[in-house]
Amino acid sequence: MTSTDLQAVLPELLLAVYAMIALIGAVYTGKDKLTGTLTWLTAGVMGALALWIGLANTATPGAAFGGMFLDDGYARFAKIAILIAAGAVLLAGEAVLARRGMARFEYPILVALATVGMMVMVSAGDLMLLYMGLELQSLSLYVIAAMNRDSVKSSEAGLKYFVLGALSSGLLLYGASLVYGYAGTTLFSGIIAAATDGHVGLGLLFGLVFVISALAFKVSAVPFHMWTPDVYEGAPTPVAAFFATAPKLAAMVLFARVLFDAFGAAVADWQQVLVLISLGSMFLGAVAAIAQTDFKRLMAYSSIGHMGFALMGLAAGDAYGVQAMLVYMAIYLTMNVGTFAFIMSMERDGKHVVDIRSLNQYAKAEPVKAAAMLVLLFSLAGVPPLVGFFGKLYVLNAAVQADLMWLAVAGVIASVIGAFYYLRIVYYMYFGESETTIETPMSPAAWVMLVGSATAMVLGVVNLFGVESAAAAAALILVN
Amino acid sequence: MTSIILFAPLLGAIIAGFGHRVIGDKGAQYLTTGLLFLAAFLSWIVFLTLPEGTQHIQIMRWIDSGSFSVDWGIRLDRLTAIMLVVVTTVSSLVHLYSIGYMADDPQFEGESYRPRFFAYLSLFTFAMLALVTADNLIQMFFGWEGVGLASYLLIGFYYKKPSANAAAIKAFVVNRVGDFGFALGIFGLFLLTDSIRFDDIFAAAPALAETDLHFLWRDWNAANLLAFLLFVGAMGKSAQLFLHTWLPDAMEGPTPVSALIHAATMVTAGVFLVSRMSPLMEYAPWTLGFIVLIGSATAFVAATIGLVQNDIKRVIAYSTMSQLGYMFVAAGVGVYSVAMFHLLTHAFFKAMLFLGAGSIIHGMHHEQDMRNYGGLRQKFPYTFWAMLIGTLAITGVGIPLTTIGFAGFLSKDAIIESAWAGTQGGYAFWLLVIAAMFTSFYSWRLMFMTFWGKPRGDKHTHEHAHESPAVMTIPLGVLALGAVFSGMIWYGSFFGDHDKVNAFFGIEAHAEAAEGAAAPAEGATDDAAAADLHGGTAPVGAIFMGPDNHVIDEAHHAPTWVKVSPFVAMLTGLLVAWWFYIVNPAMPRRLAEAQPHLYRFLLNKWYFDEIYDVVFVRPARALGRFLWKRGDGSVIDGLINWLAMGAVPYFTKLAGRWQSGYLFTYAFAMVLGIVVFVTIIAMSGGAH
Repeated sequence: MTSTDLQAVLPELLLAVYAMIALIGAVYTGKDKLTGTLTWLTAGVMGALALWIGLANTATPGAAFGGMFLDDGYARFAKIAILIAAGAVLLAGEAVLARRGMARFEYPILVALATVGMMVMVSAGDLMLLYMGLELQSLSLYVIAAMNRDSVKSSEAGLKYFVLGALSSGLLLYGASLVYGYAGTTLFSGIIAAATDGHVGLGLLFGLVFVISALAFKVSAVPFHMWTPDVYEGAPTPVAAFFATAPKLAAMVLFARVLFDAFGAAVADWQQVLVLISLGSMFLGAVAAIAQTDFKRLMAYSSIGHMGFALMGLAAGDAYGVQAMLVYMAIYLTMNVGTFAFIMSMERDGKHVVDIRSLNQYAKAEPVKAAAMLVLLFSLAGVPPLVGFFGKLYVLNAAVQADLMWLAVAGVIASVIGAFYYLRIVYYMYFGESETTIETPMSPAAWVMLVGSATAMVLGVVNLFGVESAAAAAALILVN
Repeated sequence: MTSIILFAPLLGAIIAGFGHRVIGDKGAQYLTTGLLFLAAFLSWIVFLTLPEGTQHIQIMRWIDSGSFSVDWGIRLDRLTAIMLVVVTTVSSLVHLYSIGYMADDPQFEGESYRPRFFAYLSLFTFAMLALVTADNLIQMFFGWEGVGLASYLLIGFYYKKPSANAAAIKAFVVNRVGDFGFALGIFGLFLLTDSIRFDDIFAAAPALAETDLHFLWRDWNAANLLAFLLFVGAMGKSAQLFLHTWLPDAMEGPTPVSALIHAATMVTAGVFLVSRMSPLMEYAPWTLGFIVLIGSATAFVAATIGLVQNDIKRVIAYSTMSQLGYMFVAAGVGVYSVAMFHLLTHAFFKAMLFLGAGSIIHGMHHEQDMRNYGGLRQKFPYTFWAMLIGTLAITGVGIPLTTIGFAGFLSKDAIIESAWAGTQGGYAFWLLVIAAMFTSFYSWRLMFMTFWGKPRGDKHTHEHAHESPAVMTIPLGVLALGAVFSGMIWYGSFFGDHDKVNAFFGIEAHAEAAEGAAAPAEGATDDAAAADLHGGTAPVGAIFMGPDNHVIDEAHHAPTWVKVSPFVAMLTGLLVAWWFYIVNPAMPRRLAEAQPHLYRFLLNKWYFDEIYDVVFVRPARALGRFLWKRGDGSVIDGLINWLAMGAVPYFTKLAGRWQSGYLFTYAFAMVLGIVVFVTIIAMSGGAH
């Protein structure tokens, strides 16, 4: 362990140390009374770290700890996005949690620890580090899913997530041991070296399938998606918002890392699996959401569908595909932060409601928020000229360039089907029959998230705020 | 000045059409009529003071796209001047006449319909002027479609009558067939010459005759093919055989419309087109032969149908069609000047006949069936005299072997002589002579049935029949002047005198065939023949007659029996009509009973409509119905409905059922997924 190694993990280290100090400190002082302060503090730390990573000298060595930890541009891109998304979700949910009596001081700390896990995940250059990051993240998430202990649903959600997560961890470990058995190493660079004679052994491929399955569970892709609706529904809404954003990106980035860094020689093999996963996710996301009236379940299926599109970029199997996936995920994060900021504020007589039919005639009562939601929902559905459309265009383009024309066509059909349920919400908001009874009190932070992300969906069409070129650079680092 | 002529009617149309609430019904009428008289006055000045040579007046740059650039310009030469005079004169008189004719209309009680009518009339006039002043094919096509639009609007003016709507649509659709050919011709010319300016095309015409163009399944001579396609456009607009079925139905429009559009001006646009394109036509011998064939057949067929029609307007409509056939024969044999001559004289006497018929219809409370007329001489004194002059003109009354006679005598006889010369006494000549006899018969039949004999039909109508007001009879008088004198005045310029013709149309003199001398102009033409598609100079003059084209001279030297034959035919027709309808009125009925099949064949217009109905309309409708019901309804709608209301909800339900809420289901799905993926990898991975 040298100082350069430590320097590479400094952001993770800082965040972990902060989390532990905050935990000890809060336990001995104000406990839950400190929740608000801690939330802002955590978000501030995350923002500062994101800024630091973004501005730090990018010429630092790519690998640390003998190649186990990869501090490259690809990882940095993901870390910045993760930190910003996590911080934003924390801020958006702060007032709501306080109002509903769920303001526990552990929440921001657990989110910080999960974020550390995610940062480790995206930097993993070794199967063991991968597992470590993944578990750190997952364990934190299991806990906050069940944070509202008094609610049966919340507990059920936490338990379900935990059991299935354990299953997927088992799958991952099994796959990792298979890979280790056939490659003789857990380092990604070693795994890919074991296959450089142009042939990837079947044993290695079996291991890959198990790893893919575990990662597909994390990104909630078909057929490993089934926990998602239940957990989103049961978990407190700010928690569901967190689930839907940063961890999805982290898992997706890790997914790409494993596929290209460790199994870049077997693109043709994993491509067919990814194509199936992508196809299934897109269609299930579109079809199953139609029956939902619970906004959170609906968003769960929506995220399944969006993961299908992101995986389409990955399935293309080249640098452009990875770039498309990164752009798509960045857009997806922005849209979801805004949408969940709105969902968590929905209430009637002080009680949280998530029925989309309660939004009848909402536009008359709150024209600005309704317009922001209109933009976000259209963007989620992929209606031009909003940014969501360009995200879809990117991945479809990637698929077409990789000779997966039929997958692109299927994606278009799925997005047409999926447009139905987004537009139905718009219909309720603007043309619903009965009067709205819903209130959406928002903290300034949440309001900024909602309106800001909607504005970004409109203004981003100019140049996607530079995400495009950053993603391109990141993708090139990964694939080459 | 020509710009004022061109845009005055447009101004009137816009103001009357959109501003009639401001200026009122009367204001709209007087404004449009006044502007038209201004245009007519200026047109006569232009016609009488036309300088030597062709003038190009650029108004604006219109389209610029790649190598394709078009100006909006006016081409002012003799052809344009003739058409300007014809169009504005007839149009202004029709405007004036319409003030009386449209004064009251039971169909539009309490509605403001007159500004609409006058706006349409003026719009038509503008489009027609745009057509005749065009300096390139696109501009001409603009006018061509503009008159089609105005014709559609005016035929369907009585839009409350289903038959008027049907007739309007029919006119539009049939014209579309012709316009398709016209458009293809323009495309082809642009393809080969890279220009649609007349001068460029005329310059390239000799080279086009040497070029082959692949079209459909084989190579064609470019000049013949393109000239043919342009003529298809002319066939539609000028109601030539096979594309003529819309013209009789177009009589659903108000009678002034029939006079202006469907007799004097729009339907002659085809003749104008062929004459305008004479430099191209001269290099398309096969197409010229086709034009003669179609023209003579039209003249004959239309005349036979006219023999038995009972609706006064339809008789005149078939007469128009027949006379258009004459004009095309003249153009087809290469004497474009004679075609234009007949166009000019015909405009006067045919407009007058229509307006006269309108006057009677107006006075007889919209009764159009001649079987209900009779003995109207006293009731309609002015109209009677006008119609009589018109009939004398159309049947061609004059002193044989001299140049003294009514307008039609000079122009029609010129065509018949040209036909004899151009086809060496072939079928076209005989068809035209027979048609002349029929023309005389049905024209006099119309006169006798209307003005002679005893009143037939509704007594009440006859008692209340009255002569029309002065605004309607004055135009008749003016046109009567034209019907009497226009032939004699311009006979020399159009046909009679070789040098005068050349001077009139600004053609470089080439030697008369009879003298047999090689003229210097022929050398120039040979140079032109060597020119390529994108260069050279256009021939000078409003019309062009090839170096071998001596038809006009040969026609002058036609035998006496040829020159007398139309007069004999006219007399025969007159005598038969007199015998049938004055001496022995029972005769027609007996003849019809003796020849029932022939009678029905003619009465039903050679069954053209019925045949088209079976061959085109019904299959098209069946195909449309099939595509609508089966293609759109069952397949497309059905598929979408099945997807949106069957398949997707089914899968939605299925997905809901899988989402049982039980952990073991979820875990099972995950394991199942791994099994599937491992199997796939194993199957395809083994193939490596």
